[in-house]
Amino acid sequence: MNTDSLGYIFISASLINNFVLAYFLGICPFLGVSGKIGTASKMGAAVTFVMLISSICAYTIHYLLLRINAPYLQLISYIVVIASTVQLVEMFIKKMSPALFRALGIFLPLITTNCAILGLALFQTSKDYDMIQSVIYALGAGTGFTLALVLMAGLREQLDLADVPKLIKGTALVLLVAGILSLAFMGFSGLGNQ
Amino acid sequence: MSSMSDKERLGFWEELKSSPSTNEFLKGIWKDNPVFVQVLGMCPVLAVTNTAENALAMGLATTFVLLMSNVLVSLLRNFIPKQVRIASYILIIASFVTIVDYLIQSVSVELHKSLGAFISLIVVNCLILSRAEAFASKNTVKYSALDALGMGGGFLLGLLCLGAVREILGSGTLFSLQLFPSGFQEWIVMILPAGGFFTLAGWLILINYTKERKLS
Repeated sequence: MNTDSLGYIFISASLINNFVLAYFLGICPFLGVSGKIGTASKMGAAVTFVMLISSICAYTIHYLLLRINAPYLQLISYIVVIASTVQLVEMFIKKMSPALFRALGIFLPLITTNCAILGLALFQTSKDYDMIQSVIYALGAGTGFTLALVLMAGLREQLDLADVPKLIKGTALVLLVAGILSLAFMGFSGLGNQ
Repeated sequence: MSSMSDKERLGFWEELKSSPSTNEFLKGIWKDNPVFVQVLGMCPVLAVTNTAENALAMGLATTFVLLMSNVLVSLLRNFIPKQVRIASYILIIASFVTIVDYLIQSVSVELHKSLGAFISLIVVNCLILSRAEAFASKNTVKYSALDALGMGGGFLLGLLCLGAVREILGSGTLFSLQLFPSGFQEWIVMILPAGGFFTLAGWLILINYTKERKLS
């Protein structure tokens, strides 16, 4: 498959190079918000939405910065754009659906410090994607993030019922399960080689 | 958590430990270790610890950014308006990360390549922002610097613990030195992403175990 085709970009970002399980991006919400399937899927949707917007913004900024010849401003302007996007999304959701706003709670502002978003902006820049490719890349990464989060939440809901030794309880258990999930996702790595 | 029993046990350290400066420094290394106790800034911890060298470079870079941003935030703590403080902290951190990014690139292109985007991603390391918000914005420059050095040292320690285990088991080397005779079968899984999760889980279990034993 052509590595620049839109289908490949989507599958690569969501499954083969899953942001959480292969790149270790967005581990904090992955460990923190994956307790319940409901919260996990909402968090995934919010992150995907912010990813989409900041991906488009990052593409525009990269273009402008190259024009004025100031690549060293890249990091600073990306983080500013992401922070303001999150702020905008927060205001928008608050106005349009107060119920969803309450459900997401503190996790909404915390998206700013989610490394998956900044990582996405940096990767798409280093891969030289054009506008449409960037949007598909963001969609794929968001889908992958949501998938990992929801899978993990499902596993953890089951683990609550299991009898786990006291030593392993807590973060260690979540990490072990994440490791096994990551091993499972390695099975996708053959997808793009045909 | 177990600081009291620590103090009683290590009578030798008591006098040194009771001084506030030593305390600010030591809490990051052991009691509030960012990797093993607070579990903060996990992305670089898992991602760049496939070799001990990467872990060391990442730890040093993070410590530098942490130190500089803590000092600057502490200096400016009376000038930054409360409403825009988080945004200002992020801008300060991003500036120092840009400096580190170019610095590493000028020292070793190879290292820059193997750390990749994770140097830039120091910006969103929750550890740095949380120290700026929780400590540097309320304390003097001296204590903020000590806090940054302690937390950075603890972070470096955590990264090295993971990096060393993963490199020894995954490639049979440590800092690129061959440790085992040529028949050694590498545990490939340790340098893969899954190995990062497993190694950190192993360290956490080990720490839980020592804590349990201390209590009983």
